[in-house]
Amino acid sequence: MHILDSVDAASLRDVPEFRAGDTVKVHVNIIEGKTARIQVFQGYVMGRQGHGVRETFTVRKVSFGVGVERTFPVHSPIIDHIEVVTKGDVRRAKLYYMRKRHGKAARIKEKRDFGTAK
Amino acid sequence: MSTTARQVKGLLGTKLGMTQVWDEDNRLIPVTVVKADSNVITQLRSADVDGYTAVQIGYGQIDPRKVTKPLAGHFEKAGVTPRRHVVELRTADADSYELGQELSVELFETGQKVDVVGTTKGKGFAGVMKRHGFAGVSASHGAHKNHRKPGSIGGASTPGRVFRGQRMAGRMGAVQQTTLNLTVHAVDTENSLLLIKGAVPGARGSVVLVRSAVKGA
Repeated sequence: MHILDSVDAASLRDVPEFRAGDTVKVHVNIIEGKTARIQVFQGYVMGRQGHGVRETFTVRKVSFGVGVERTFPVHSPIIDHIEVVTKGDVRRAKLYYMRKRHGKAARIKEKRDFGTAK
Repeated sequence: MSTTARQVKGLLGTKLGMTQVWDEDNRLIPVTVVKADSNVITQLRSADVDGYTAVQIGYGQIDPRKVTKPLAGHFEKAGVTPRRHVVELRTADADSYELGQELSVELFETGQKVDVVGTTKGKGFAGVMKRHGFAGVSASHGAHKNHRKPGSIGGASTPGRVFRGQRMAGRMGAVQQTTLNLTVHAVDTENSLLLIKGAVPGARGSVVLVRSAVKGA
C-alpha cells in the first residue's frame, strides 16, 4: 500500500490481462470538433512500463511497410476498451528486438493454452 | 497599503507526494497531494491591539509533554489542543474568523490560484555547477581534473581581493521557497486533501503552507 493509492484508485480502470507479445486491438476515442468516433489500433504489445496509474504500454504494428509504435497509458480515459486478440509466446518482457525484424522473422508465435481452454 | 487590504486564506498541510489524474478533457495533469487537516485558529491579531490584522493558524499533532508552559498557555487561551506548527497570515478579514475555529480544505475551491510555501530538499554541500548553474570546464581539450570547477573568481592585484557575493560552492537547498500561481485541481473534503497542479517545494512528508495567490487573478 502506498500513501497515494486512495487518490489513484479513482483513476484506475478495468483493463483485461495482457502482456508483451499479445496482439491487441486498442479502441481509441477520437473527438474531432463535435463528432466522436472510435479508431482501432491493432498490433502487438512491445512491453508494459511503470506501475499503477502511471503504467503505459506500447503497441507496434507495421502499416504500409512502415513500423508504427504508439504508447498508451493503461488507464487512459481515451481508450474505449482493449481487446486481446491472441496471446503471444515470447520470452522477453520488452520486445525491442522486433524493430530490427522484417517479414517472416517478425512473426510472434501464438501461445496456445490447452489447459484452460475447454 | 495594499498588503493590509488583501484577504488571504491559508492552510498548513503535509505534502504527501505527487501523482497524476485525468481532467474532463482527458488531459493528463500532474498533481501534488497535500493533506491539510486539523487546522485551527490559535490567535487573532487586531488593529486595536497589535496594529495590524492577521490570523494565526496551528497545525499538526504534538506530544503534550513536549509543549512548553508558555506555548501550552497560548493554545489553552484559544481553547484548542497544542499543535506542532504555527503560522501567521496577514489578512484584512481577520475578524471574520473565531478563536479556536477549525479550518478545512473547503476554504479553497477547484480552479483557484494558490501559492505554496515550503522548505526545499537539502542538497548538502554542492558545487557551483549544481548550485549556480555554472558551465564548468571542458570535458577534453587538455582539461585536467577541473571539469566541474568554477574557473576564474576575479582579477589579480587589481582589485586584489575577491568581490563580496561571488558565487561559490556551499550549502544548497533546505531553504524556504514559495511557488507562485499554482492551480487547485481538486479538493477532497472527505479526506482533507488538496490536489494542486504541478510541483511544490519540499520532500514528501514536509509541512507546506497553501495560501491564496498574491499575484495574478
